Amino acid sequence: MSLFRMPSLGADMESAVLVEWKVDVGDEVKKGQVIAEIEASKGIIEIEVFEDGVVEKFLVEEETECAVGTPMAVIRTSDEAEVAIDDAKPKELKPKIEPQEAIEVETKEKIIQHADDTTVQTSTRIKASPAARKRAKELGVDLAIAAKTATGFIKLEDVEKAASVASREVSEKKPKTKDEKTGSDHSMRQAIAAAMSKANSEIPHYYLSTSINMSAALNRLEERNRTHSIKERILPAALLIHAAVQILKEVPELNGFWRNGKHEISDSINPGFAIALRKCGLLTPAILNAQDMDLVQTMQSMGDLIQRTRASKLRGSELSEQTITITNLGDLGVETVFGVIYPPQVALIGFGKITDSPWAEGDSLSVRKVMQATLAGDHRATDGRTGATYLSKLKNYLEHPEEWK
Amino acid sequence: MKTDTIKGIIIEEILNIAPDAEESEIPEDDRLQNAIEFDSYDFLSLLTALNERLGVEVPEADYGSVDTLNHMVEYMQQRIE
Repeated sequence: MSLFRMPSLGADMESAVLVEWKVDVGDEVKKGQVIAEIEASKGIIEIEVFEDGVVEKFLVEEETECAVGTPMAVIRTSDEAEVAIDDAKPKELKPKIEPQEAIEVETKEKIIQHADDTTVQTSTRIKASPAARKRAKELGVDLAIAAKTATGFIKLEDVEKAASVASREVSEKKPKTKDEKTGSDHSMRQAIAAAMSKANSEIPHYYLSTSINMSAALNRLEERNRTHSIKERILPAALLIHAAVQILKEVPELNGFWRNGKHEISDSINPGFAIALRKCGLLTPAILNAQDMDLVQTMQSMGDLIQRTRASKLRGSELSEQTITITNLGDLGVETVFGVIYPPQVALIGFGKITDSPWAEGDSLSVRKVMQATLAGDHRATDGRTGATYLSKLKNYLEHPEEWK
Repeated sequence: MKTDTIKGIIIEEILNIAPDAEESEIPEDDRLQNAIEFDSYDFLSLLTALNERLGVEVPEADYGSVDTLNHMVEYMQQRIE
Protein backbone atom coordinates (compact mmCIF):
# COMPACT_ATOMS: atom_id res chain seq x y z
CA MET A 1 0.00 0.00 0.00
CA SER A 2 1.28 3.42 -0.78
CA LEU A 3 0.01 6.94 -1.11
CA PHE A 4 0.29 8.74 -4.40
CA ARG A 5 1.17 12.33 -3.51
CA MET A 6 1.14 15.58 -5.42
CA PRO A 7 4.64 15.59 -6.92
CA SER A 8 6.95 18.58 -6.74
CA LEU A 9 7.73 19.68 -10.29
CA GLY A 10 10.58 21.99 -9.41
CA ALA A 11 11.67 24.04 -6.43
CA ASP A 12 9.25 26.78 -7.42
CA MET A 13 6.05 24.75 -7.23
CA GLU A 14 3.93 24.92 -4.08
CA SER A 15 0.63 23.50 -5.24
CA ALA A 16 -1.38 22.52 -8.29
CA VAL A 17 -4.98 21.83 -9.21
CA LEU A 18 -6.00 18.27 -9.97
CA VAL A 19 -7.70 18.63 -13.34
CA GLU A 20 -8.65 15.08 -14.20
CA TRP A 21 -8.00 11.52 -13.10
CA LYS A 22 -6.85 9.49 -16.11
CA VAL A 23 -7.56 6.15 -14.40
CA ASP A 24 -10.48 4.69 -12.40
CA VAL A 25 -10.61 3.04 -9.00
CA GLY A 26 -9.78 -0.63 -9.52
CA ASP A 27 -7.53 0.00 -12.52
CA GLU A 28 -4.17 -1.66 -12.66
CA VAL A 29 -1.36 0.86 -13.16
CA LYS A 30 2.24 0.42 -14.21
CA LYS A 31 5.24 2.45 -13.08
CA GLY A 32 5.57 5.51 -15.31
CA GLN A 33 1.91 5.42 -16.42
CA VAL A 34 0.10 8.77 -16.55
CA ILE A 35 -2.61 8.70 -13.89
CA ALA A 36 -3.71 12.32 -13.70
CA GLU A 37 -3.57 15.72 -15.29
CA ILE A 38 -2.76 18.70 -13.08
CA GLU A 39 -2.60 22.39 -13.72
CA ALA A 40 0.34 24.19 -12.19
CA SER A 41 1.75 27.61 -12.99
CA LYS A 42 3.63 25.82 -15.78
CA GLY A 43 0.44 24.78 -17.53
CA ILE A 44 -1.35 21.45 -17.84
CA ILE A 45 0.96 18.57 -16.93
CA GLU A 46 0.45 14.82 -17.00
CA ILE A 47 1.74 13.17 -13.84
CA GLU A 48 2.94 9.61 -13.58
CA VAL A 49 2.70 6.90 -10.93
CA PHE A 50 5.96 5.65 -9.44
CA GLU A 51 5.20 1.96 -8.93
CA ASP A 52 3.09 -0.91 -10.21
CA GLY A 53 -0.20 -1.54 -8.42
CA VAL A 54 -3.97 -1.11 -8.36
CA VAL A 55 -5.79 2.18 -7.75
CA GLU A 56 -7.54 1.55 -4.45
CA LYS A 57 -9.12 4.89 -3.72
CA PHE A 58 -9.05 8.54 -4.73
CA LEU A 59 -8.46 10.92 -1.82
CA VAL A 60 -8.90 14.11 -3.82
CA GLU A 61 -11.67 15.16 -6.16
CA GLU A 62 -11.08 16.72 -9.54
CA GLU A 63 -10.83 20.54 -9.53
CA THR A 64 -9.17 20.54 -6.09
CA GLU A 65 -5.99 22.44 -5.35
CA CYS A 66 -3.43 20.30 -3.53
CA ALA A 67 -0.21 21.37 -1.88
CA VAL A 68 2.93 19.48 -2.91
CA GLY A 69 3.04 16.24 -0.92
CA THR A 70 -0.72 15.99 -0.40
CA PRO A 71 -1.88 12.34 -0.61
CA MET A 72 -4.06 12.14 -3.72
CA ALA A 73 -4.74 8.43 -4.14
CA VAL A 74 -4.08 5.09 -2.51
CA ILE A 75 -2.22 2.60 -4.68
CA ARG A 76 -2.26 -1.04 -3.60
CA THR A 77 0.98 -2.65 -4.70
CA SER A 78 0.32 -5.93 -6.45
CA ASP A 79 1.41 -8.32 -3.68
CA GLU A 80 -0.78 -6.74 -1.00
CA ALA A 81 -4.28 -7.63 0.08
CA GLU A 82 -6.93 -4.93 0.42
CA VAL A 83 -6.55 -2.96 3.65
CA ALA A 84 -8.59 -0.19 5.18
CA ILE A 85 -7.04 3.23 4.68
CA ASP A 86 -8.67 5.45 7.28
CA ASP A 87 -5.42 7.06 8.34
CA ALA A 88 -4.73 8.31 4.85
CA LYS A 89 -6.77 11.47 5.08
CA PRO A 90 -5.82 14.23 2.71
CA LYS A 91 -4.52 17.40 4.29
CA GLU A 92 -4.64 21.02 3.23
CA LEU A 93 -7.41 20.53 0.75
CA LYS A 94 -9.15 23.60 -0.46
CA PRO A 95 -11.39 24.24 -3.39
CA LYS A 96 -9.76 26.16 -6.17
CA ILE A 97 -10.50 29.83 -5.77
CA GLU A 98 -9.75 32.24 -8.54
CA PRO A 99 -7.80 35.00 -6.79
CA GLN A 100 -9.61 37.79 -8.55
CA GLU A 101 -13.04 36.44 -7.65
CA ALA A 102 -14.59 39.15 -5.47
CA ILE A 103 -17.10 37.09 -3.54
CA GLU A 104 -15.25 34.14 -2.18
CA VAL A 105 -18.20 32.42 -0.56
CA GLU A 106 -20.16 32.35 -3.76
CA THR A 107 -17.24 30.75 -5.54
CA LYS A 108 -16.94 28.05 -2.91
CA GLU A 109 -20.63 27.27 -3.17
CA LYS A 110 -20.37 27.03 -6.92
CA ILE A 111 -17.50 24.59 -6.66
CA ILE A 112 -19.25 22.46 -4.06
CA GLN A 113 -22.35 22.31 -6.22
CA HIS A 114 -20.23 21.39 -9.16
CA ALA A 115 -18.46 18.65 -7.24
CA ASP A 116 -21.77 17.18 -6.04
CA ASP A 117 -23.09 16.97 -9.53
CA THR A 118 -20.82 14.10 -10.46
CA THR A 119 -22.89 12.94 -13.39
CA VAL A 120 -22.23 16.12 -15.31
CA GLN A 121 -18.68 16.47 -14.09
CA THR A 122 -16.93 14.05 -16.40
CA SER A 123 -13.83 15.84 -17.63
CA THR A 124 -15.44 19.22 -18.16
CA ARG A 125 -12.10 20.91 -17.61
CA ILE A 126 -11.45 23.41 -20.35
CA LYS A 127 -8.23 23.04 -22.29
CA ALA A 128 -6.53 26.32 -23.09
CA SER A 129 -3.05 27.47 -23.99
CA PRO A 130 -1.12 29.07 -21.11
CA ALA A 131 -1.22 32.39 -22.93
CA ALA A 132 -4.99 32.14 -23.35
CA ARG A 133 -5.40 31.26 -19.68
CA LYS A 134 -3.29 34.21 -18.62
CA ARG A 135 -5.11 36.62 -20.91
CA ALA A 136 -8.45 35.27 -19.70
CA LYS A 137 -7.46 36.12 -16.13
CA GLU A 138 -6.31 39.58 -17.16
CA LEU A 139 -9.52 40.26 -19.00
CA GLY A 140 -11.72 38.48 -16.48
CA VAL A 141 -13.08 36.15 -19.15
CA ASP A 142 -14.67 32.86 -18.16
CA LEU A 143 -12.90 30.17 -20.20
CA ALA A 144 -16.18 28.30 -20.47
CA ILE A 145 -17.56 31.17 -22.52
CA ALA A 146 -14.49 31.27 -24.73
CA ALA A 147 -14.82 27.51 -25.20
CA LYS A 148 -18.20 27.93 -26.86
CA THR A 149 -16.72 29.74 -29.81
CA ALA A 150 -13.35 27.98 -29.89
CA THR A 151 -12.68 24.82 -31.82
CA GLY A 152 -10.73 22.40 -29.61
CA PHE A 153 -7.95 24.00 -27.63
CA ILE A 154 -8.67 27.59 -26.56
CA LYS A 155 -6.20 30.02 -28.04
CA LEU A 156 -5.43 33.63 -27.24
CA GLU A 157 -7.71 34.97 -29.97
CA ASP A 158 -10.69 32.98 -28.65
CA VAL A 159 -10.28 34.62 -25.26
CA GLU A 160 -10.06 38.05 -26.78
CA LYS A 161 -13.12 37.40 -28.91
CA ALA A 162 -15.04 36.29 -25.84
CA ALA A 163 -13.79 39.36 -23.95
CA SER A 164 -15.01 41.80 -26.57
CA VAL A 165 -18.42 40.13 -26.61
CA ALA A 166 -18.57 40.19 -22.81
CA SER A 167 -17.56 43.84 -22.57
CA ARG A 168 -20.41 44.77 -24.88
CA GLU A 169 -22.86 42.74 -22.79
CA VAL A 170 -21.73 43.93 -19.36
CA SER A 171 -20.63 47.46 -20.05
CA GLU A 172 -21.31 48.80 -16.56
CA LYS A 173 -19.14 46.22 -14.80
CA LYS A 174 -16.49 47.92 -12.70
CA PRO A 175 -13.13 47.91 -14.44
CA LYS A 176 -10.22 46.29 -12.62
CA THR A 177 -7.73 48.47 -10.85
CA LYS A 178 -4.12 48.31 -11.87
CA ASP A 179 -3.18 46.47 -8.67
CA GLU A 180 -5.63 43.70 -9.32
CA LYS A 181 -4.30 43.28 -12.81
CA THR A 182 -0.68 42.96 -11.80
CA GLY A 183 -1.49 41.16 -8.56
CA SER A 184 -1.70 37.40 -8.86
CA ASP A 185 -2.09 36.96 -12.61
CA HIS A 186 1.44 36.19 -13.50
CA SER A 187 1.84 32.89 -11.74
CA MET A 188 4.55 31.65 -14.08
CA ARG A 189 6.46 34.92 -13.64
CA GLN A 190 6.19 34.49 -9.88
CA ALA A 191 7.32 30.89 -10.04
CA ILE A 192 10.40 31.91 -12.02
CA ALA A 193 11.00 34.81 -9.61
CA ALA A 194 10.94 32.49 -6.61
CA ALA A 195 13.32 29.94 -8.11
CA MET A 196 15.76 32.52 -9.42
CA SER A 197 15.86 34.49 -6.15
CA LYS A 198 16.71 31.27 -4.36
CA ALA A 199 19.36 30.48 -6.96
CA ASN A 200 21.01 33.86 -6.77
CA SER A 201 21.01 34.06 -2.98
CA GLU A 202 22.15 30.50 -2.32
CA ILE A 203 24.35 29.44 -5.22
CA PRO A 204 27.84 30.92 -5.46
CA HIS A 205 28.10 31.00 -9.26
CA TYR A 206 31.28 31.02 -11.28
CA TYR A 207 31.25 31.80 -15.00
CA LEU A 208 33.49 30.64 -17.85
CA SER A 209 33.33 31.30 -21.56
CA THR A 210 35.03 30.10 -24.73
CA SER A 211 34.84 30.84 -28.47
CA ILE A 212 34.11 27.83 -30.67
CA ASN A 213 34.73 27.71 -34.41
CA MET A 214 31.55 26.04 -35.68
CA SER A 215 32.37 26.14 -39.42
CA ALA A 216 33.38 22.49 -39.79
CA ALA A 217 30.49 21.23 -37.67
CA LEU A 218 27.93 23.30 -39.60
CA ASN A 219 29.37 22.13 -42.93
CA ARG A 220 29.11 18.56 -41.77
CA LEU A 221 25.48 19.13 -40.71
CA GLU A 222 24.61 20.83 -43.99
CA GLU A 223 26.16 17.99 -46.00
CA ARG A 224 24.16 15.49 -44.03
CA ASN A 225 20.93 17.47 -44.36
CA ARG A 226 21.34 17.83 -48.11
CA THR A 227 20.89 14.09 -48.54
CA HIS A 228 17.85 13.89 -46.27
CA SER A 229 14.30 15.14 -46.66
CA ILE A 230 13.22 18.31 -44.91
CA LYS A 231 11.41 16.26 -42.25
CA GLU A 232 14.68 14.61 -41.26
CA ARG A 233 16.70 17.82 -41.16
CA ILE A 234 18.83 18.29 -38.06
CA LEU A 235 19.13 21.74 -36.50
CA PRO A 236 22.34 23.14 -35.02
CA ALA A 237 20.40 23.46 -31.72
CA ALA A 238 20.08 19.66 -31.58
CA LEU A 239 23.76 19.22 -32.38
CA LEU A 240 24.65 21.53 -29.49
CA ILE A 241 22.49 19.57 -27.03
CA HIS A 242 23.95 16.30 -28.27
CA ALA A 243 27.50 17.60 -27.97
CA ALA A 244 26.87 19.00 -24.49
CA VAL A 245 25.55 15.60 -23.38
CA GLN A 246 28.46 13.68 -24.89
CA ILE A 247 30.96 15.80 -22.95
CA LEU A 248 28.94 15.48 -19.72
CA LYS A 249 29.72 11.78 -19.92
CA GLU A 250 33.40 12.73 -19.69
CA VAL A 251 32.92 15.43 -17.02
CA PRO A 252 30.00 14.03 -14.98
CA GLU A 253 30.56 16.36 -12.00
CA LEU A 254 28.49 19.07 -13.71
CA ASN A 255 25.52 16.74 -14.20
CA GLY A 256 23.69 16.43 -10.90
CA PHE A 257 22.56 18.22 -7.78
CA TRP A 258 23.58 20.04 -4.64
CA ARG A 259 21.25 18.73 -1.95
CA ASN A 260 21.49 18.81 1.85
CA GLY A 261 25.01 20.15 1.70
CA LYS A 262 26.17 17.36 -0.58
CA HIS A 263 27.15 17.06 -4.22
CA GLU A 264 25.28 14.23 -5.98
CA ILE A 265 26.26 13.15 -9.49
CA SER A 266 23.42 11.80 -11.63
CA ASP A 267 23.84 8.66 -13.74
CA SER A 268 21.21 9.68 -16.26
CA ILE A 269 21.73 12.89 -18.21
CA ASN A 270 18.44 14.79 -18.47
CA PRO A 271 19.24 18.21 -19.92
CA GLY A 272 16.55 20.78 -19.18
CA PHE A 273 16.21 22.73 -22.39
CA ALA A 274 14.91 26.30 -22.21
CA ILE A 275 11.85 26.64 -24.48
CA ALA A 276 10.16 30.01 -24.89
CA LEU A 277 6.39 30.07 -24.64
CA ARG A 278 6.39 33.25 -26.70
CA LYS A 279 4.14 35.65 -24.85
CA CYS A 280 4.19 34.04 -21.43
CA GLY A 281 7.54 33.03 -20.08
CA LEU A 282 9.53 29.90 -20.61
CA LEU A 283 9.86 26.34 -19.41
CA THR A 284 12.89 24.09 -19.19
CA PRO A 285 11.55 20.55 -19.63
CA ALA A 286 14.07 17.73 -19.77
CA ILE A 287 15.09 15.46 -22.59
CA LEU A 288 15.11 12.32 -20.43
CA ASN A 289 18.05 9.90 -20.72
CA ALA A 290 19.77 11.90 -23.43
CA GLN A 291 22.95 9.92 -22.69
CA ASP A 292 21.50 7.01 -24.71
CA MET A 293 20.57 9.07 -27.79
CA ASP A 294 22.42 9.62 -31.03
CA LEU A 295 22.14 12.92 -32.90
CA VAL A 296 19.03 11.92 -34.88
CA GLN A 297 17.23 10.78 -31.73
CA THR A 298 18.25 13.98 -29.93
CA MET A 299 16.70 16.04 -32.75
CA GLN A 300 13.49 13.99 -32.61
CA SER A 301 13.25 14.30 -28.83
CA MET A 302 13.92 18.03 -28.99
CA GLY A 303 11.20 18.59 -31.61
CA ASP A 304 8.75 16.44 -29.71
CA LEU A 305 9.50 18.32 -26.48
CA ILE A 306 9.10 21.76 -28.09
CA GLN A 307 5.74 20.79 -29.57
CA ARG A 308 4.41 19.29 -26.37
CA THR A 309 5.67 22.20 -24.27
CA ARG A 310 3.76 24.68 -26.42
CA ALA A 311 0.66 22.47 -26.48
CA SER A 312 0.76 22.05 -22.67
CA LYS A 313 1.28 18.31 -22.92
CA LEU A 314 4.27 17.72 -20.68
CA ARG A 315 4.88 14.86 -18.29
CA GLY A 316 5.65 15.51 -14.63
CA SER A 317 8.97 13.67 -14.90
CA GLU A 318 10.07 16.01 -17.68
CA LEU A 319 9.59 18.99 -15.37
CA SER A 320 11.13 17.50 -12.26
CA GLU A 321 14.07 15.35 -13.33
CA GLN A 322 16.39 17.82 -15.05
CA THR A 323 20.03 17.24 -14.14
CA ILE A 324 21.48 20.30 -15.93
CA THR A 325 20.09 23.21 -17.99
CA ILE A 326 21.00 24.21 -21.54
CA THR A 327 20.01 27.70 -22.70
CA ASN A 328 20.35 28.59 -26.34
CA LEU A 329 19.62 32.25 -27.02
CA GLY A 330 21.32 32.30 -30.40
CA ASP A 331 18.02 32.54 -32.27
CA LEU A 332 17.38 35.85 -30.53
CA GLY A 333 20.70 37.29 -31.67
CA VAL A 334 22.41 37.13 -28.27
CA GLU A 335 26.13 36.36 -28.42
CA THR A 336 26.93 35.33 -24.86
CA VAL A 337 24.66 33.78 -22.20
CA PHE A 338 25.44 34.24 -18.50
CA GLY A 339 22.85 31.92 -16.98
CA VAL A 340 21.45 31.48 -13.49
CA ILE A 341 21.58 27.89 -12.26
CA TYR A 342 18.23 26.28 -11.48
CA PRO A 343 18.46 24.70 -8.02
CA PRO A 344 19.21 21.98 -7.04
CA GLN A 345 21.19 21.62 -10.30
CA VAL A 346 24.86 22.60 -10.24
CA ALA A 347 25.50 23.94 -13.74
CA LEU A 348 24.02 25.69 -16.75
CA ILE A 349 25.42 25.64 -20.27
CA GLY A 350 24.74 28.68 -22.46
CA PHE A 351 25.02 28.93 -26.22
CA GLY A 352 24.97 32.22 -28.09
CA LYS A 353 24.45 33.20 -31.69
CA ILE A 354 26.72 31.74 -34.34
CA THR A 355 28.24 34.78 -36.10
CA ASP A 356 30.70 35.36 -38.92
CA SER A 357 33.81 36.47 -37.06
CA PRO A 358 37.54 36.86 -37.61
CA TRP A 359 39.39 33.71 -36.64
CA ALA A 360 43.15 33.29 -36.38
CA GLU A 361 44.67 29.94 -37.29
CA GLY A 362 48.45 29.74 -37.29
CA ASP A 363 49.62 32.79 -39.20
CA SER A 364 46.46 33.39 -41.15
CA LEU A 365 43.33 35.29 -40.33
CA SER A 366 40.02 34.19 -41.83
CA VAL A 367 36.27 34.56 -41.32
CA ARG A 368 34.59 31.63 -39.56
CA LYS A 369 31.22 30.76 -37.98
CA VAL A 370 31.98 31.43 -34.33
CA MET A 371 29.87 30.75 -31.24
CA GLN A 372 30.37 31.64 -27.59
CA ALA A 373 29.74 28.76 -25.20
CA THR A 374 29.45 29.62 -21.51
CA LEU A 375 29.25 27.63 -18.35
CA ALA A 376 27.72 28.75 -15.07
CA GLY A 377 28.88 26.47 -12.29
CA ASP A 378 27.91 26.08 -8.63
CA HIS A 379 31.16 26.70 -6.76
CA ARG A 380 29.99 24.56 -3.82
CA ALA A 381 29.88 21.51 -6.08
CA THR A 382 32.71 22.10 -8.54
CA ASP A 383 35.66 24.40 -9.12
CA GLY A 384 36.50 26.52 -12.14
CA ARG A 385 38.96 23.83 -13.11
CA THR A 386 36.16 21.32 -13.71
CA GLY A 387 34.19 23.87 -15.70
CA ALA A 388 37.26 24.77 -17.77
CA THR A 389 37.90 21.09 -18.55
CA TYR A 390 34.31 20.76 -19.67
CA LEU A 391 34.35 23.79 -21.98
CA SER A 392 37.68 22.89 -23.57
CA LYS A 393 36.48 19.33 -24.28
CA LEU A 394 33.22 20.70 -25.71
CA LYS A 395 35.17 23.09 -27.94
CA ASN A 396 37.41 20.27 -29.13
CA TYR A 397 34.41 18.05 -29.89
CA LEU A 398 32.54 20.69 -31.90
CA GLU A 399 35.62 21.81 -33.83
CA HIS A 400 36.52 18.29 -34.96
CA PRO A 401 33.47 16.69 -36.56
CA GLU A 402 35.75 14.26 -38.42
CA GLU A 403 36.17 12.47 -35.08
CA TRP A 404 32.43 12.05 -34.42
CA LYS A 405 31.22 8.51 -34.31
CA MET B 1 -0.77 30.25 -58.18
CA LYS B 2 -1.54 33.86 -57.30
CA THR B 3 0.77 35.83 -55.01
CA ASP B 4 -2.07 36.50 -52.57
CA THR B 5 -2.95 32.83 -52.36
CA ILE B 6 0.64 31.87 -51.57
CA LYS B 7 0.90 34.63 -49.02
CA GLY B 8 -2.36 33.49 -47.42
CA ILE B 9 -1.06 29.93 -47.12
CA ILE B 10 2.22 31.05 -45.56
CA ILE B 11 0.43 33.27 -43.03
CA GLU B 12 -1.93 30.43 -42.19
CA GLU B 13 0.99 28.10 -41.49
CA ILE B 14 2.82 30.72 -39.42
CA LEU B 15 -0.28 31.13 -37.27
CA ASN B 16 -0.56 27.34 -36.92
CA ILE B 17 2.94 27.27 -35.49
CA ALA B 18 2.54 30.39 -33.35
CA PRO B 19 -1.18 30.37 -32.44
CA ASP B 20 -0.73 33.23 -29.99
CA ALA B 21 0.53 35.63 -32.64
CA GLU B 22 -1.78 38.02 -34.47
CA GLU B 23 -1.84 38.24 -38.23
CA SER B 24 -1.12 41.96 -37.95
CA GLU B 25 2.10 41.20 -36.05
CA ILE B 26 3.63 39.25 -38.92
CA PRO B 27 6.04 41.61 -40.66
CA GLU B 28 6.38 41.55 -44.43
CA ASP B 29 9.98 42.68 -44.68
CA ASP B 30 11.46 41.86 -41.30
CA ARG B 31 12.76 38.56 -39.99
CA LEU B 32 10.08 36.49 -38.25
CA GLN B 33 12.22 35.70 -35.21
CA ASN B 34 12.48 39.37 -34.33
CA ALA B 35 8.77 40.09 -34.56
CA ILE B 36 7.02 36.99 -33.22
CA GLU B 37 9.85 35.13 -31.51
CA PHE B 38 10.11 32.45 -34.17
CA ASP B 39 13.03 30.20 -33.32
CA SER B 40 15.01 27.88 -35.61
CA TYR B 41 12.69 24.99 -34.81
CA ASP B 42 9.61 27.06 -35.71
CA PHE B 43 11.27 28.10 -38.94
CA LEU B 44 12.00 24.48 -39.88
CA SER B 45 8.40 23.53 -38.96
CA LEU B 46 7.14 26.28 -41.26
CA LEU B 47 9.28 25.11 -44.18
CA THR B 48 8.16 21.51 -43.57
CA ALA B 49 4.49 22.58 -43.61
CA LEU B 50 5.01 24.65 -46.77
CA ASN B 51 6.72 21.70 -48.41
CA GLU B 52 3.57 19.68 -47.81
CA ARG B 53 1.18 22.41 -48.95
CA LEU B 54 3.09 23.83 -51.92
CA GLY B 55 5.48 21.03 -52.85
CA VAL B 56 8.51 23.28 -52.61
CA GLU B 57 11.47 22.06 -50.57
CA VAL B 58 13.82 24.81 -49.46
CA PRO B 59 17.41 23.57 -49.09
CA GLU B 60 19.42 25.04 -46.23
CA ALA B 61 21.67 26.83 -48.73
CA ASP B 62 18.61 28.94 -49.75
CA TYR B 63 17.65 30.05 -46.23
CA GLY B 64 18.91 33.55 -47.06
CA SER B 65 16.27 33.83 -49.82
CA VAL B 66 13.35 33.02 -47.48
CA ASP B 67 14.24 35.19 -44.50
CA THR B 68 11.14 37.42 -44.64
CA LEU B 69 7.49 36.88 -45.57
CA ASN B 70 7.80 38.75 -48.86
CA HIS B 71 10.97 36.90 -49.84
CA MET B 72 9.30 33.62 -48.99
CA VAL B 73 6.30 34.44 -51.19
CA GLU B 74 8.63 35.36 -54.06
CA TYR B 75 10.71 32.21 -53.62
CA MET B 76 7.69 29.92 -53.54
CA GLN B 77 6.04 31.56 -56.53
CA GLN B 78 9.14 31.06 -58.67
CA ARG B 79 9.20 27.35 -57.86
CA ILE B 80 5.54 26.36 -57.98
CA GLU B 81 4.30 25.07 -61.36
